[in-house]
Amino acid sequence: MPEIQTKNNTTKVLKMPYFTERKKESLTGYLYISPFFILFTIFSIFPIFFSFYLAFHRWNGLGEMQYVGWRNFKLILDDPMFWKSISNTFIMALMGTLPQLIVAFLLAYALNSSIVRFKNFFRISIFMPNVTSIVAVAIVFGTIYTNSETGIMNVVLSYFNISPINWGSNEWGLKVAISTMVFWRWVGYNTIIYLAGMQSIPNELYEAAKIDGASLWQQIRYITLPLMKPVIIFTVFVSTIGSLQLFTEPLVFLGRTMREEGITMVLYLYREAFMNNAFGTASASAVILFFIIIIISVINLLVANRLGK
Amino acid sequence: MIIKKKLSKNKPNIFTKLFLYLMLFSGALLSLFPFYWMFVIATNPNHVVNRVPPAMLPGEHLVINFKNVLETIPFFGALYNSFLVSTTVTVSVLFLSSLAGYAFAKLRFKGKNVLFVFILVTMMIPSQLGLIPSYVIITKLGWISDLRALIVPGMVSAFGIFWMRQYIKEAIPDELVEAAKIDGCSQLRIYWTIVVPLILPAFATLGIITYMGVWNDFMWPLVVLKDESVHTIQVAVRLLNDAYVRDYGMIMSGTFWATVPLVVIFLVFNKFFIESLTKGAVK
Repeated sequence: MPEIQTKNNTTKVLKMPYFTERKKESLTGYLYISPFFILFTIFSIFPIFFSFYLAFHRWNGLGEMQYVGWRNFKLILDDPMFWKSISNTFIMALMGTLPQLIVAFLLAYALNSSIVRFKNFFRISIFMPNVTSIVAVAIVFGTIYTNSETGIMNVVLSYFNISPINWGSNEWGLKVAISTMVFWRWVGYNTIIYLAGMQSIPNELYEAAKIDGASLWQQIRYITLPLMKPVIIFTVFVSTIGSLQLFTEPLVFLGRTMREEGITMVLYLYREAFMNNAFGTASASAVILFFIIIIISVINLLVANRLGK
Repeated sequence: MIIKKKLSKNKPNIFTKLFLYLMLFSGALLSLFPFYWMFVIATNPNHVVNRVPPAMLPGEHLVINFKNVLETIPFFGALYNSFLVSTTVTVSVLFLSSLAGYAFAKLRFKGKNVLFVFILVTMMIPSQLGLIPSYVIITKLGWISDLRALIVPGMVSAFGIFWMRQYIKEAIPDELVEAAKIDGCSQLRIYWTIVVPLILPAFATLGIITYMGVWNDFMWPLVVLKDESVHTIQVAVRLLNDAYVRDYGMIMSGTFWATVPLVVIFLVFNKFFIESLTKGAVK
């Protein structure tokens, strides 16, 4: 069988000019990438443009769309809740990200140290939170941070003589609880990424520094940190963009109350669209969120470039 | 001799060692505690959650709590839905991404580079931007409370194509493809008999990333799956938590048993999991 096939094909090739073979190849190329572009156009590209369109219309999802100009933007910019959602998001992004990356760096440094044993156990335990779903994380932490004076977190605080906190409604209590969830789920992930970065630094550099009498801190400051710069920039970038899209943790943790102390930008969008049926203002907030993310990305890139010099 | 002495002087410092271990132990402890806590509450009656001192031992309500879960939500149905959606989406993403990745890596056609850059750009757009229109489209298609609402839009992935293209470009020499072509191999056959066997590691990595992503996805299923019978496990478990009267034993039981499958798989294939999930980042 194969022999015959080859024969047939060779004769075909001989008959056809090179041009068609080339054409066939490009047709195949288009064919192979077309499923992506078809589905992506329908379910991603079109929605993105339609969001911009909807942002200038008033619509409850069912009736007629009504053009209202900039009114939706005015409406949400006048809504104190919207500003609250922005400040909440930024505060929680900072609280969830900065300590997380610092701790991840320290853990990675410890894991990379040659004097530590049981590395595999530590690696697996620290990474395990990352495979749990955010819903599960939010529920579990919801029972750790309960309002009750006898909830486990409040009991722990009482050992330090701190009076119990209403985690479900306190301005900072809520933010601490939600940031903890982000911290817990992602610290191991970033630890492994930092660890990979540290392992690629040749050991000779440290040995040479030690011979020159560099202290541990000097080694970190002048060898580890500079060489890890691209990795660190990457993790900062991913974590900031990710935490600007915070949604599941506050939604599950806040439950039906949707308290404003914990509302985030995406939660605001979700509430406008699917609880208030205000698709226009929801789209306007989506557009603003989009630009905020772009601005933060640009700032990230500029800082990264600056540091890179 | 002098160098050796200096080196060894730098090494054994007991305090450094103690400090490193302390840090790692507390890291591991804090990472593992919520899992244990989940199990403790899942096996105890409701009131134990707020007991002083905090409950630290498993109780005897393991079966009762889980029975209550089964009475409140269609737990196994939801698990099945999650399995169905994640598996279908993953298989489709692997197939379509590798096909497109092969085209971008090895085939010549006009506009290839522009289209590829376009894919890269779309990866940076936050998915929430198109959330509302996507919901409208799904409504128009009549797919609300239909698993197709999760499967069809998820069948392709920009990241998947990017990942596959990079891998195929490195793993498969141009000469191999050329030789096969000269031998009269059709493009589909080159893809199937030459490319696929050589990119199995890339399939594994992308497969894990995709499967985990779909399995743990929450926002989109929450928006489009209104009917309880089509809920994925994430939406169903969240429903447990949202009841007016909270039975923590039951809530944690549902959460625990929804978490166990992935954790077990993770523990068995831990090295591969950790590598895969972080590999997408480092490259």
